Amino acid sequence: MSARTRELFALIPVALLVTAGFTAILITNSEELGNLSVFYGGYFLALCVATHIVIRIRLPDADPFLFPLVALLAAFGLVMLYRLNEDLARDQANIFVLGLVLFSATIIFLRDYAVLERYRYVIAMVGFGLLLMPRLPGIGETTNDAFLSVDLGPISFQPTELAKICIVVFLASYLNERREVLVVGARNIAGIVLPPLKHLGPLLLIWGAAMVLLVFIRDLGSSVMFFGAFLALIYVATARISFVVIGLSMFVLGAWFFAQTVPHIQERFDIWLDPFESSEATGYQVAQSLFAQADGGLFGRGLGASLVQLPGAGGSCPPGVEFPDCDAILPAPHTDFIYAVIVDELGLFGGAAVVLIYALIAERGFKTAILAEDGFSKLLATGLTAIFALQAFVIIGGVTRVIPLTGVTLPFISYGGSSIVANFILLALLLMISDRSRRRVRLQVEAEERT
Amino acid sequence: MNNQIVRLFGFVVVLYALLFGFTSYWSVFDADGLEANTANRRPLLEEQQIERGEILAADGSVIARSVPQGKGDDRIFVRRYPEGTLYGNPIGYSFVQLGRVGFELEHNDELVGEKTEFLTVLDELRGRAQEGDNVQSTLDPDAQRAAVEGLGGQRGSVVAIVPSTGEVRAMVSIPAYDPNDVQNPAVFKQLNADEDAPLFNRATQAGYQPGSTMKVVTAAAAIDSGEYSPDDTVSGRSPKEISGVPLQNAGGESFGEIPLTEALTNSVNTVWAEVGEDLGAETMLEYMDRFGFNRKPRLDYPDFQLATSGVFEGNRLLTSADAIDVGRVAIGQERLNVTPLQMAEVPAAVANGGELMEPRLWSKVIDPDGRETKLDPDRQSRVMSEETANTLTAMMTDVVNEGTGGAAALAGIDVAGKTGTAEIDIAGGINQAWFIGFAPADDPEIAVAATVERTSGFGGEVAAPIAQQVMEVLLAKGDGGDEG
Repeated sequence: MSARTRELFALIPVALLVTAGFTAILITNSEELGNLSVFYGGYFLALCVATHIVIRIRLPDADPFLFPLVALLAAFGLVMLYRLNEDLARDQANIFVLGLVLFSATIIFLRDYAVLERYRYVIAMVGFGLLLMPRLPGIGETTNDAFLSVDLGPISFQPTELAKICIVVFLASYLNERREVLVVGARNIAGIVLPPLKHLGPLLLIWGAAMVLLVFIRDLGSSVMFFGAFLALIYVATARISFVVIGLSMFVLGAWFFAQTVPHIQERFDIWLDPFESSEATGYQVAQSLFAQADGGLFGRGLGASLVQLPGAGGSCPPGVEFPDCDAILPAPHTDFIYAVIVDELGLFGGAAVVLIYALIAERGFKTAILAEDGFSKLLATGLTAIFALQAFVIIGGVTRVIPLTGVTLPFISYGGSSIVANFILLALLLMISDRSRRRVRLQVEAEERT
Repeated sequence: MNNQIVRLFGFVVVLYALLFGFTSYWSVFDADGLEANTANRRPLLEEQQIERGEILAADGSVIARSVPQGKGDDRIFVRRYPEGTLYGNPIGYSFVQLGRVGFELEHNDELVGEKTEFLTVLDELRGRAQEGDNVQSTLDPDAQRAAVEGLGGQRGSVVAIVPSTGEVRAMVSIPAYDPNDVQNPAVFKQLNADEDAPLFNRATQAGYQPGSTMKVVTAAAAIDSGEYSPDDTVSGRSPKEISGVPLQNAGGESFGEIPLTEALTNSVNTVWAEVGEDLGAETMLEYMDRFGFNRKPRLDYPDFQLATSGVFEGNRLLTSADAIDVGRVAIGQERLNVTPLQMAEVPAAVANGGELMEPRLWSKVIDPDGRETKLDPDRQSRVMSEETANTLTAMMTDVVNEGTGGAAALAGIDVAGKTGTAEIDIAGGINQAWFIGFAPADDPEIAVAATVERTSGFGGEVAAPIAQQVMEVLLAKGDGGDEG
């Protein structure tokens, strides 16, 4: 069976899951069962098949599991959003269409991703520019005191989501070129292996950028994500664990210093240490997230059966604002805290399933990196996979109190356009790397069979 | 580089294992702790979405019901009490903002339909929303009304019990409050600040001096212990030294050597105080125990709303080991504090042939499918022999027919009873007026305690007519506690 056929067969159960999920919610929330759930399932399957055809034509040898796994996450997200508010699910479905269009466009127009290497400094500049955009007066917007999004008239988006791809592309290409000198020129000072000084500059710059993110944008989550991906790449490129240790210590030191001095970050740490002690306004979110998970238990309350909306508060929302932006017992159940809602309704099993899907995607991503032939492809696949996996860790970790809560989205599940669009582009790049390496392997095998 | 990539994947797996670990901790291992966390409003909010069962009166009329507000996910149920103040104190209220008290609190599990885990799962599989059971109370609306009218706005309390079953037919505390109004924070604040304490259920929480009604307990102890017979004579001179302090009869009236029956009819203090001294603290307290004193009543009511009746030093309950002026305990003085509920259990025990039944406010639970669970009466204690009970009934009948309790008499029906007038403020002439009794004397159907707080009148004038009205209403129904 070819890779593409496997992919197609894997998509069918995903579409069935969407249908089942919508059906469950319809049964719970209304007495009669319409054909709406079947319609949603069919629509979802049609979208997936269309994308599958694009992949089949352009990347016939790409990893067969990545796209179905992503579709599974998307299915989870759509079902949960439909459960919260029908309109959210409709918006999200439209965003998927946009995401899949850009995904296809990336595959079709970026014939050879190696060109990215040539434009790495431009891409780096674009990346940093994007990161700083939310701080620009007039278009910057704050969410919970963090500068996360940009408001350009009709559309509002989170530039960090796109920036993460730019930064990874830059790092992969930069480290691919310099990794030899970083290793060879390294000196051992008092038992600590340090990279050569003249190559240290750019690395310090990256550290500085992460710190700027932390303080200037006050975005702890993205900062952790970027720096984590950077350390992962440096480790894979140089095989020097000491570089990672140095980098990590620098980051922790910086974070600790700013936790003492920047009130916003300090507050995040305080809530993390004791979400129940903090005043209702600040600790409320994390405490509510834990209460929602406790409510779910092992098997969950069932789709559509958990308490998400404050009962009896009807009419208290200002005009034009509706649930879940208002009246939600757990704030932001459709974005930051969607994982807590999943655990509430589908239990520990549902939560574990989500984590497992991310782990499987990471596995496929790293596998792609291992199969890749050239250094840039390896590092790019590693970086993209690492930053994706870290993003899921950072937000689920925040929601489950493993780390302080930060406002990043849960990839492919959370409501929100920028994240989905950016992650589809990330997926497109991964599939392109995968297609190239797996085609080489297939051709080798076929050549051996002929001889 | 491949080795590093594999290790990196290993690291990601470790991170994800952490996520799984923490998720399992919150959702399973620490779930109970989080559910009990005071900041967690989920249990309360969810309960609001359950249609709480109705509370019904003995005749099936509605005391409390839940009405829906809003629609869909937004729908909640709010409690309504159609009879307003009539059942205010015994039933209490249930509102998310305020919590619950009284009957609403005690029977919360039934009213919200709290069932075993297995049944809940079955209901969930059947796609059924949690629904509360209806709970029928023993309270009779007519008896409640008669008690309220009888008290006529005077502060005080009435409790009526069916002697053979322990069912409480009336429980009134005046001033009353309307549970519909407590939702309003301003009203609730005002009710709490009110000097007359309308939220305080006098029937179960008050600590009143029982006065001469206590002589029924003393008489039961005297006769049942075999120390005295009703015809034994004791000097009724006044004053008489009791525990080294002279004791007066009411109005300073002196009696000669009189039999106990006559001493009860005329409520002669010096006779009963001497009897009490003679029996001793141990015997007196033993009989008080049997009547249900010295411990919380076994009523289906929240513990914090039940007061213990007994001899108190401050908040400390005294025992026979303490220095107690038992002569004055025997006539309802000393540091004796009793609840109207307890003083209704005294005649109820006599009326039921000396056997005290557990008092109760609920009679059955009706689930949403209409299945009924009836509650059988429970025996609390054998207080005295049937013979003693019969003797005491005859003595108490004389009190109503010939003595101080005349105002409790009913046409054509013998009433047994005892009046009481505890002097709270002798200089101001302020009394705690009491009547306890039961009817009909030969085949008792209802026992009552009625008391009026801080009145200038005597028990026989003020309290006896209230008890009479309540008994009359209930006897007219032919209520032997067998209905339903």
